Amino acid sequence: MSTLTIERLTVGHGDGAAVLDGLDLEVPAGGVVALLGANGAGKTTLLRALLGLVPVRGGRVLLDGADLTGLPTEDRARRGLALVPEGRGVVAELTVAENLRLGALWRDAGRGHTSAARDAAVGQMYELFEPLARRRDAAGHSLSGGERQMLALARALVARPAVLLLDEPSLGLAPLVVAQLLGVLRDQARATGLTVLLAEQNVTGALSVADRGVVLSLGEVVADRPAAALAADPALRHAYLGF
Amino acid sequence: MERLVFLLSTGLARGAVLALFALSLVIVYRAARVVNFAQAALAVVPVYVAFAITSATGSYWLGLAAALATGALLGTVVERRLMRLVPQDNPLAGIIVAIGLVMVLQAGLAIAFGPDHRPVHAPFPQRPLEVGGVGLMSPYDLFVLVVAAVVMGGLALLFNRTSLGLQLRAAAFAPETSRLLGVRVPRMVTLGWTLSIATAALAALLLVPTGLGLDPHAADVLFVNAFAAAVVGGLDSPAGALVAGLSVGVLVALVTGYASAAAAPPAVLALLTVVLLVRPQGLFAAREARTA
Repeated sequence: MSTLTIERLTVGHGDGAAVLDGLDLEVPAGGVVALLGANGAGKTTLLRALLGLVPVRGGRVLLDGADLTGLPTEDRARRGLALVPEGRGVVAELTVAENLRLGALWRDAGRGHTSAARDAAVGQMYELFEPLARRRDAAGHSLSGGERQMLALARALVARPAVLLLDEPSLGLAPLVVAQLLGVLRDQARATGLTVLLAEQNVTGALSVADRGVVLSLGEVVADRPAAALAADPALRHAYLGF
Repeated sequence: MERLVFLLSTGLARGAVLALFALSLVIVYRAARVVNFAQAALAVVPVYVAFAITSATGSYWLGLAAALATGALLGTVVERRLMRLVPQDNPLAGIIVAIGLVMVLQAGLAIAFGPDHRPVHAPFPQRPLEVGGVGLMSPYDLFVLVVAAVVMGGLALLFNRTSLGLQLRAAAFAPETSRLLGVRVPRMVTLGWTLSIATAALAALLLVPTGLGLDPHAADVLFVNAFAAAVVGGLDSPAGALVAGLSVGVLVALVTGYASAAAAPPAVLALLTVVLLVRPQGLFAAREARTA
């Protein structure tokens, strides 16, 4: 179980105004936090900054107290930070099985992982996501939207990350598929103590699996409440989430 | 009929060299998304090293090992110290730097070793073997085919069966996603150059004894034909490089044998034109991503 701490994080694109300005946020070990907000609130920028994919102007990102600032993306990933990017970031040219094998490469890094253990981990993902098992030799580009998102989530989970960051996993998917994906996510988080930060537009879905909700608006945290309280607060919903 | 069999078999041996060189272009294109116009010059430098080592020690095999090592080293250094510094936002910059590198390397070789052709001896006889009275390929051609097959098989195993190969492919197709999964993408790009130039050096080394000899431009025609083969096969596709390389080799042998050597380059150009008209992405290019 790992804690993700964000301290006074400031991020801007080019010379423009900062997208995130001195953002403070803690995702506690084993917690599932929903990151809510309209387009342009800074959700994607925050997640990408946590992985070092966008340059940071100031502030720190800590994983279990260890400062990640200055580490390249691949080292953050190897330390247990997993991002499922928006738009189903599967490698379209590789097969389902190869995508999963790639995800498992740094599973338990430094703890003497074996290829047998990796194969077993990939097998677990096939049990979790049955459609992937049927299409294991299909190339990523031949998968449907739902299958791709399943694969992206499975590939992140198979690495057994310390903290899982998800960027709009429900984007463009049917409600039934979203419910299924979020259900798997919730069960995995409960079973393994995985720490999750879930950025979503689908507020109802996100709050149904999260134990805390954080509302972002123009790069600032404007609300930070237990998920149930946030879902039940009509004023806040109207003001920032539009329903 | 005998002539056809002879031309086909020698064409296959030439085609194997072409396929190997085309494969080296595909490897570097996949790794770094550049068409490396310096490939021929970079491939000839290791052949000079091999020539020097073989002359000094009398051993072809030491020269061959030296060529592979020099090619690998050259590929690594060129990527780390030169290509990495070139702005990536525009493919033209990399092409211009590569052409500049060609001029520096070829002029440097001419200054150091002279511009003349140096005869290079093959490690095996070059007289065609006769089977049932029909002239087939020479022992050296057979050697070329075997070496090319072993190297291509080894590369296929590396890319398709190992974790390193999986990382190389993933880094080539989706750099950002690969970084998110912990793949050290810059290292994979360097390794792509390393493998590519070593492969190109081997192809040039295999080619030189069958031509006029070694000079700074010894691999230029090989580059042109192999580039055509790589484009015909689909720049992204190792299988395409293999099939198109062998086809171009056979085509050149047939046209040279039945028409004239002067007709071979236009024949290759015609093949390239037809393929680009019918299938602009190349014969074996990856299929488009599903959008629905």
